[in-house]
This record gives sequence, structure tokens and C-alpha cells, in this order.
Amino acid sequence: MSVYLREYLTVVWFGVAALAIGGLLLGLAALVRPSKPSYDKGIAYESGVDPVGIGWSQSQIRYYVFALLFVIFDVEAVFLFPWAANVERYGTFGLVVMLVFIVLLLDGLVYAWKRGLLRWV
Amino acid sequence: MLALDPILEGPLLWTPLFIIIGKVLFIFVVGLVATMFMVWYERKVVSGMQNRIGPNKAGPFGMLQTLADGIKSFFKEDLLPTRADRIVFRLAPFLAFVPAFLLWAVIPLGGDFSNGNDGTVTWFGHVTRVQLADPPVGILWVLAMSSIGVYGIMLAGWSSGSKYPLLGSVRASAQMISYEAALGLSLAAVLLSSGTLSTAGIVAGQNSLVDWNVISTGIVPFVIFLIAVTAELNRPPFDLVEAEQELVGGFNTEYSGIRFALFFLSEFMNVVTMSAIMVTLFLGGPQPLFDIPVIPGALEGTIWFLVKLFAFLYLFVWLRATLPRLRYDQLMDLGWKVLIPISLGWFLLLAALREFSPDGDAAESLRVVVISFVVAVIATGLFAAALKVSARNRAAANQPADNTGVTV
Repeated sequence: MSVYLREYLTVVWFGVAALAIGGLLLGLAALVRPSKPSYDKGIAYESGVDPVGIGWSQSQIRYYVFALLFVIFDVEAVFLFPWAANVERYGTFGLVVMLVFIVLLLDGLVYAWKRGLLRWV
Repeated sequence: MLALDPILEGPLLWTPLFIIIGKVLFIFVVGLVATMFMVWYERKVVSGMQNRIGPNKAGPFGMLQTLADGIKSFFKEDLLPTRADRIVFRLAPFLAFVPAFLLWAVIPLGGDFSNGNDGTVTWFGHVTRVQLADPPVGILWVLAMSSIGVYGIMLAGWSSGSKYPLLGSVRASAQMISYEAALGLSLAAVLLSSGTLSTAGIVAGQNSLVDWNVISTGIVPFVIFLIAVTAELNRPPFDLVEAEQELVGGFNTEYSGIRFALFFLSEFMNVVTMSAIMVTLFLGGPQPLFDIPVIPGALEGTIWFLVKLFAFLYLFVWLRATLPRLRYDQLMDLGWKVLIPISLGWFLLLAALREFSPDGDAAESLRVVVISFVVAVIATGLFAAALKVSARNRAAANQPADNTGVTV
């Protein structure tokens, strides 16, 4: 196994330990806490009055638009990272290529802005 | 430079294994203690700022108050709403809690970085780092974990089968992803100046005060990162997620007992880890500001790290006590119309400066300027064309509506 993989194996063990701690806390609580379920405790909280309708409702389409924009910019960030870490190696050519890439994406953002997609009503 | 923990090289022996296990335990303890400290610290500092006394009964200065609250939550009944999605409802606290812990894995907690040392220490005859793991893509790990944290909040709100939590969680995810984009883009500026994705490498690169990334990238990425992190943590003034006046408690309204405590714990742990990440990225992590005599180098790194960490923790509490909450449209505007364009623009500026600064020849610089100009012109043209097309499409879409007299 390479050092690289071992590095991640350490992290995996750490994750397992975190899971174990969480499970331990929950398990311990399950042993000591009381359990007196009743109908009233099971209904959803709506400021003290009886809940109306079901809890799941449709939400605004805007959230979806922002999620789409986020995917674009997050992927852009992931493209930027390796380039930014090696900017000297790629030189001027790399700079210009990255410039084209970023400007195109900024174009998209400005377009969405201009069309009012970024306005929250 | 491939930054890896030297202890993992060669055949795996018992001593390195115990050192690693020791590190795992140590970081766990540090994480939990730091979180409990943060809860107490926040209550104490806020009460001081509001002319109150704050917790002062449990233990010295009320420091054990958090522990008492934690123990109390063990004895509280665990309510499961009848409408809830049982599996996801039970899974969500883990999804919030585990990533918060895992962020600690890549943070350099100490080590001797002064005078160009590479931050390794020798324990029991083995060279290692004061950090659990140092993968070459540590920064990606940080981003990945902070993204997974969103799932915990999203699923917690959705699975509750209740209205306030759902609204809170949808708000939370939209807010977190908006600022995650700005966060990633301002982080790219740091990578530009440090040239590596490994956290230990980034710390090692910030050798003196002027090399600290907060200065060497200009102050702008740091400020953007700080704002984005505050929003990412759902801390005031960006705490719309749990705006009490509108959403009761936000995504965790239906949670009670120890499950709620897990959310609470992960929230405060995220504050500490994100502060630690900011210290690592911008303020040189364990790099000393000046040399403290007597104390050995490795311990000194930890002391400096903690000092910087507390400064950030105080800053977060201060922000909470000072600033009023933003409105949702203001929040979105700040994220998308201010932070993202500025961080992208600043990133381009830094990259260009880096290309020109040392002994760049004039012809090369001129070429870049010309090409940039051409790109800008083409981009503007494309943008104008896109607007024209969309205007035409809208006109075409409205046409039949006008003929039939039906308004669309």
C-alpha cells in the first residue's frame, strides 16, 4: 500500500472513530432516557396549534436556479484549484486560457443577473 | 513537493501505529474540548457584551455549564415525529456530526514551522507531523467535508415532515451553496500564492509575516473568505436558517434530546474547525509571530495556533453580538452579486500580477493585455447577442397570447 493510500486510511479510521463516538452517545442516551410516547408528542410542531396539511410542501423555483448556478461555480472552483497551484508551470498560455474560461462563466452570471434570475422576490 | 506524513513511510510498525492512534485520540479530545469551550466562551462573551453575567454556577466561571447541559440532554426523551422519515431522520445527525469532526484531520495543530522548518516533530524516534493526515489534496478534503455538512442540515429538515424545519433546511442549503461558491473562489487565491493543496505545505509557505496569505494575496480574499465562512456556518448576521422569529428553531425544530445535542455540537465544532482552517490558510497556522524564548519549537507552534484560533472565535462572537440579521434577498445579493464577482476578479488580477511581476518581458505582457482585451470584447459581444436572443424569444412567446386576448 502506498503512503498516499495510507494517508487516507488514517482519515478513514478517524471517520470510523467519529461514527463510533456518535453511536456511543446515542446508544448511551437510549439506555438512560425515558420513553413515554403519546399522540401529542408525535405531531409536528406548528407554534402550538394543530398542524395543517402535510409537512412537505413545494418550495420556490428560485432555490433550484441557485442550485444550478452553484454547480457551475463550484465546478469552476475545482477547475481553478489545480491550475492555481501550478500557475507558473502553465505560463502565459495557461493564464489566457483560464481568462477565457472565467470570463465565459462570468458572462453567464451577468446574463442571469440581467435577466433578473438573481433577484429574490 | 509531495507533502505526506513521513511516519507512514516504510513498513508499518507498532510504534508508528500507536502514534497514529494517539493522534486520533488526541484530536478527538481537542475537538470535543474546544467545542465545549466555544459554547461556554460564546455565552460568557455575549453576556459580557450585553451587560449580563452569563453562566457562573457550574464549575469555575461556569465553565462546566456546557458539560451539565450535555449530560442533561442524555436524559431527555427522544421524540420521533409520526410524519417523519424514520431512517433519514436518524441518519441526519451523523451526517452533520461526522464531517465536522473529519475536518480536523487535515489541520496542522502545531509543529515547528519557524525559520523555514518543515513542521515535523520527532516522537519516540519517529518523524511525524502534528496533524492526523496530510494528503496532497487537503484543501479539497476541507471543501468536500464542508459540503457534506449541508446534507446533514438538508436531510434533517426534510425528514422531519414538518413545515418550519423544511423551510429552514431549504433556506440553509440555498445559503450554504451560495457562499460555498464564493468560499471556493477566494480559496483559489490562496492556492495561487502557496502553490500547493496540502495544508502543511500552505503553512510552511507562510514563513514570515509578509508571507502570510492574508497579506500576500491582498486582504480581499481573506475578507471574502471570512464572510463566506460566517454564512456557511449559519452564524449571525447570516443566521436566517434558525431565525427564531420566523422559523422557530429552523431545521432542528423536531429534534430533541441527544440528537439535538449532536446537531448543536457539530454546529459549534464547525465554528472551531472553520476558524482553524482560516488560521491555516491565511494566518500561517502554527507559524510564530515572534519567537517565544524557553518554550521548545514544536510546543510554540501549538501555542501560536491556539492564540490565532481564539482571536477568530472571539471575532465570531463579536459579530453575533454586534450585527443585525440580514434579509434573505440581501443575503443572496451579497453572495452572488458582490462576493463571487469580486473574488473571481481578484483571482484573475492576482494571477496576472504573478505572471508579470518578476522579470517578465514586455512583449509577453503586451500579448496578454491584447488577448485579454480581445476576450473582453468577444465576451461583451456574446453577452449582447444572448440578451437580444432572449428578448426576441420573450417577444415571440408573448405574441400568441396577445392574439387570443389571454394574458400569460
